[in-house]
Amino acid sequence: MIEILSASALATVQDLGRTGALRWGVGTSGAMDPLALAAGNILLGNDEGAAAVEVPVFPFQVRFAQDCAFAVTGADVAARLDDEPLLPWWSTLARAGQVLQLGLPQGGTWRASRAYLCVAGGIDVPPALGSRSTQLRGAFGGHEGRALRQGDSLRVGAASDARCGKGIGLVPPALALPLQLDDLPAIRVLPAAQYTNYTEASRATFWSEPWKITAQSDRYGYRLSGTRLEAVSALEMRSHGIVPGVIQVPPGGQPIVQMRDAQPSGGYPKLGTVIEADLWRLGQAPIGGRVRFVETNWDDAMAALAQTRRWLDEVRRLVELQRSQRGGR
Amino acid sequence: MNNVQASISVLGTSALLFEAPGEMTLESQQRIWALAREAQSWPEVREAVPGMNNLMLSFARAPRTLGDLEARLQAAWLAARPLPLEGRVVELPVVYGGAGGPHMGDVVAHTGMGIDEIIERHSAPLYPVYALGSHPGYCYLGGMDPRIATPRRKVPVVSIPGGAVSIGGAQTGVSASEGPSGWNTIGSTSMRFFDPAQDPPALLRPGDSIRFRVEKVIR
Repeated sequence: MIEILSASALATVQDLGRTGALRWGVGTSGAMDPLALAAGNILLGNDEGAAAVEVPVFPFQVRFAQDCAFAVTGADVAARLDDEPLLPWWSTLARAGQVLQLGLPQGGTWRASRAYLCVAGGIDVPPALGSRSTQLRGAFGGHEGRALRQGDSLRVGAASDARCGKGIGLVPPALALPLQLDDLPAIRVLPAAQYTNYTEASRATFWSEPWKITAQSDRYGYRLSGTRLEAVSALEMRSHGIVPGVIQVPPGGQPIVQMRDAQPSGGYPKLGTVIEADLWRLGQAPIGGRVRFVETNWDDAMAALAQTRRWLDEVRRLVELQRSQRGGR
Repeated sequence: MNNVQASISVLGTSALLFEAPGEMTLESQQRIWALAREAQSWPEVREAVPGMNNLMLSFARAPRTLGDLEARLQAAWLAARPLPLEGRVVELPVVYGGAGGPHMGDVVAHTGMGIDEIIERHSAPLYPVYALGSHPGYCYLGGMDPRIATPRRKVPVVSIPGGAVSIGGAQTGVSASEGPSGWNTIGSTSMRFFDPAQDPPALLRPGDSIRFRVEKVIR
């Protein structure tokens, strides 16, 4: 078990998301940074999609009630196990009774905003409709269908590999797969069906100006602010399926990017969609920060997706290599 | 058979959206249901999700190129015959207006009708469930009187309660749980639409119908 010591809000249990329940109106949920979750799990010998705790607000503290190998991935949050500082993206063995403290995300060119506490064996909450991710809107999945609270205890699954606590680290994807424009995180976007319904000037603005992630942003969506986007004509769309990454533009002209807790359908006009390969970048962009959008095409979007897959495969190869070099148990 | 081409567009690399041409009708929706049943068996499709006279295909694995899938979809649409799903009728008592219907005034302003006329037109039809979406257990309904259509709000409301009866464009629906919405809420009802422990977890499915019964009007 691990016990949540912090009163800070909004931490949730997430895996790679719930697929196959869209027909009942159930969105995917899942980690805002799926690369950090998957890599953390690989470090610990878990399935890539094992559940972890996603932490967006700091400081955050947990106590391990049992010996437990863990890794903190995502944002560099100056983690400490009791008094000992830990490296980010590193696996460590905690002893029963030790306290893990996650501090504020550290600066640098690419300050990420969410940390993932992955544990060997995964967070063992009961799966609901095929996933352990918290479905906040439906109040099911994760831990009791809600964000974690002080005093909550989470069960830890059985670890598959007893060697996984032996200090192995990774170069994070923000460094391994960097993408920036004018010192801001760059996010690639495929134009969507109503792209040409925006004026030429507005389309140019969308690609050339920074967009601020407003305080009204969360796991449901990032509400952006910037120069108002002007539609050529007002459209009333029929409701249709949408996915995380879809950029809707309500009549007010300020875009909203659907994120992991997004509704599975909507009806506002769609300017574009953040490609699947870059959702983690946007998921890590902090509220109040700014991002740039870069136009892409199908082939490049598919190549980017293959590149993230290759990165994860390489992580797995390196982790297995290190483990075999250190010998068995 | 409609000879106007359907529209196909991508939603990033995660999904593809097929939009049927022509007016929104039950017959067209029945063809969408048939198309969904067909597309669900295709290897690149994880889930075929009907919308309002449209269909989203989420990818199990995105195809390297889209041409083949698009052509298959167009051909399957032309071949699709209406699939008449018939289910049960659920009656929902609605309190129109008041605190539970905060945007009734906007519908009045947009349509130029009085509250009574709006309620009469809203509660008259038997609404077929066309599709589920938006949030767990939520039903998109066909059959709303187009005279009470009211555009979605310029800025979405951060939260409306479960049971909110609302109008968005030419559509109406009932929220199944509390959450954000861009629609105009004109009343409220109470019904449990979703239970993750049940199989299926949603109370209603495409082909079922909803009737709104006027329980009370608050002016």
